[in-house]
Amino acid sequence: MENILAQSAVRPQATAATLAATAQPVIQLRDIEKVYQTKTIETVALNRVNLTIHKGEFVSIMGPSGCGKSTLLSIIGLLDEPTSGVIELDGRPVQSYSDKELAALRNQKIGFVFQSYHLINDLSVLDNVELPLLYRSGVGGRERRERAYAALDKVGLSARTNHFPSQLSGGQRQRVAIARALAGNPEIILADEPTGNLDSVMGEEIMDLLLGLNRQEGTTIVMVTHDEQQAHKTQRLIRFFDGSQVQ
Amino acid sequence: MLLSYLKIAWKVLLRRKFFTFISLFGISFTLMVLLVVVALFDHAVGPHAPETRLDRMLFVNFLHIKYKNGGNQNSPPSYYLLNRYVRQLRTPAKVAIHSLFHATPSYVGNTRLDLDLKYTDDAFWQVLDFTFAEGKPFGEAEVKSAARVAVINRTTARKYFGTDQGVVGRTIEINQTAFRVLGVVEDVPVMRISSYADVWVPLTTSPNDLNRVTLTGEFAAIILAKSPADKAAVQAEFDQMVKRIPLPDPKEMDHLDLHADEILASYSRQLMSPLTNYTSDGLNMLYSILGGLALLFMLLPALNLVNINVSRIMERSSEIGVRKAFGATSRTLIGQFLVENVFLTALGGLLGLLMAYVALQLIGGAQILAYAQFELNWRIFGWALLVTLFFGVLSGGYPAFKMSRLLPVQALKGVRN
Repeated sequence: MENILAQSAVRPQATAATLAATAQPVIQLRDIEKVYQTKTIETVALNRVNLTIHKGEFVSIMGPSGCGKSTLLSIIGLLDEPTSGVIELDGRPVQSYSDKELAALRNQKIGFVFQSYHLINDLSVLDNVELPLLYRSGVGGRERRERAYAALDKVGLSARTNHFPSQLSGGQRQRVAIARALAGNPEIILADEPTGNLDSVMGEEIMDLLLGLNRQEGTTIVMVTHDEQQAHKTQRLIRFFDGSQVQ
Repeated sequence: MLLSYLKIAWKVLLRRKFFTFISLFGISFTLMVLLVVVALFDHAVGPHAPETRLDRMLFVNFLHIKYKNGGNQNSPPSYYLLNRYVRQLRTPAKVAIHSLFHATPSYVGNTRLDLDLKYTDDAFWQVLDFTFAEGKPFGEAEVKSAARVAVINRTTARKYFGTDQGVVGRTIEINQTAFRVLGVVEDVPVMRISSYADVWVPLTTSPNDLNRVTLTGEFAAIILAKSPADKAAVQAEFDQMVKRIPLPDPKEMDHLDLHADEILASYSRQLMSPLTNYTSDGLNMLYSILGGLALLFMLLPALNLVNINVSRIMERSSEIGVRKAFGATSRTLIGQFLVENVFLTALGGLLGLLMAYVALQLIGGAQILAYAQFELNWRIFGWALLVTLFFGVLSGGYPAFKMSRLLPVQALKGVRN
């Protein structure tokens, strides 16, 4: 199995302009608003955001804390609902989708990588990585296991399959989280500050992994980050301020 | 997927050992107590030897006389009343009459042996299905001639003769009267009041005047109907017969109540009489009270389980968020938590069964109740487990439903709503 980590030194060369011309839009947001309302305060987290992300793009989103980056990522990933606006995945609006249809979309199209890993501590590394396949119909136990092994191999953790998350370092945990996102072979990976909890060396390692995935597998990646350097390694950088896209 | 659920259920149980212990203890202790109570109940009123034909049997053991001044008199009926009226019924297959049992002294050397003695007629041995280890029961001839013969149980044979074999024909002295042993039967538990005794002798050997005209006494009758369906006809004839029984003192007495009841009803009629005021057998009331108590008793561990499950599931909101993010539907998540809960309750049920078995062995072994042999009633265990599972499903279902309705992003953030 090809190890992405070993082969991700080369930076992807495609630009946003060339992708826009050649690739299909995979995510489209139109006039997305997200307003959090309490009895006394109304907070606008996202203010009429319009965004198109093409197949195979690696987009990073930057901005100060509280500017709405993570909210945007959650809405793209169908983990949250916008107050208004339209989300289209592969050209189809998803607002009217049922819980079951949304779950199927998340399961088949999207893989998540969270800043705090969100691994299930009671499950082994292998069981954690199998998780997306557990909810996919037609995938038997054996196939699940094989695909999970393959995903762990990709992130260089095939020797740790029977370990539990608490036995791993932060970098290893994040690699397990990436393997989990990869196991379902999704078209899109949404990464919310994937290097936020890691030191710079491990952060680089994870970044190289994501870049390798994008370059070799053509996976569309949307990453929220605070790290300017890492953001510049991606094909497109979107800046947010106070819930609005500023660049 | 089920294996994965069970794996995580096991891990969660191990992770919070104290709460798991509390949950399991609550479930298993409740089940144990319920099973022991049910085993005792079954032991007392279930169809066991020698009362195997309970579905055809009716018991007459409680007489109530209402006085005009408002007073009540409760007593077992007299031999006269049973012999003169009950034995004359036409619909039953057989009517057996027997006395209550009394502790009667007997001596083996210098050692006093208190034996429970019962006076019976010959029909007693036909209505009840005693298992004879040896010998035979006494018959009509022995009863008519007031022959000093006895049937003894195996334990008495052992205690008195030192053996339970070859004692037929030997003499046993009870209350300074010698009886020839005609047969040895297997022990009957003391809770089977109608059939239990250590020694059974013909009722004609009783020192009391059996033919004394009186309503109250110390006898009871067991009526055997021709078929289970025939019991209603027997009861109808019985009730008609009771109306014809003259009151010995009509100036003082208002009326009398005498009924032919099924075994449990015969007990509940006496037990519940302060509540029913003698107007019914009180069986429905007894069932309601017992059912209510059982429900209350089960409600405590169930509420405890609800409480534990709420916190147990709520603290796993991040896991729920992750599962949702990777494609779990609300339904799947509810299913997962229900499987976990059912797993826990089933575990508690099995432990309860084991504890009940041990408790019954201990109670049986301690011989708190003479000749008690307890059996676990699988049917009742099934019901108890079903009820516990039902509570388990409810207690797991509510928090799981609540959590499953959260948006994934809320669950990931640990929002508990």
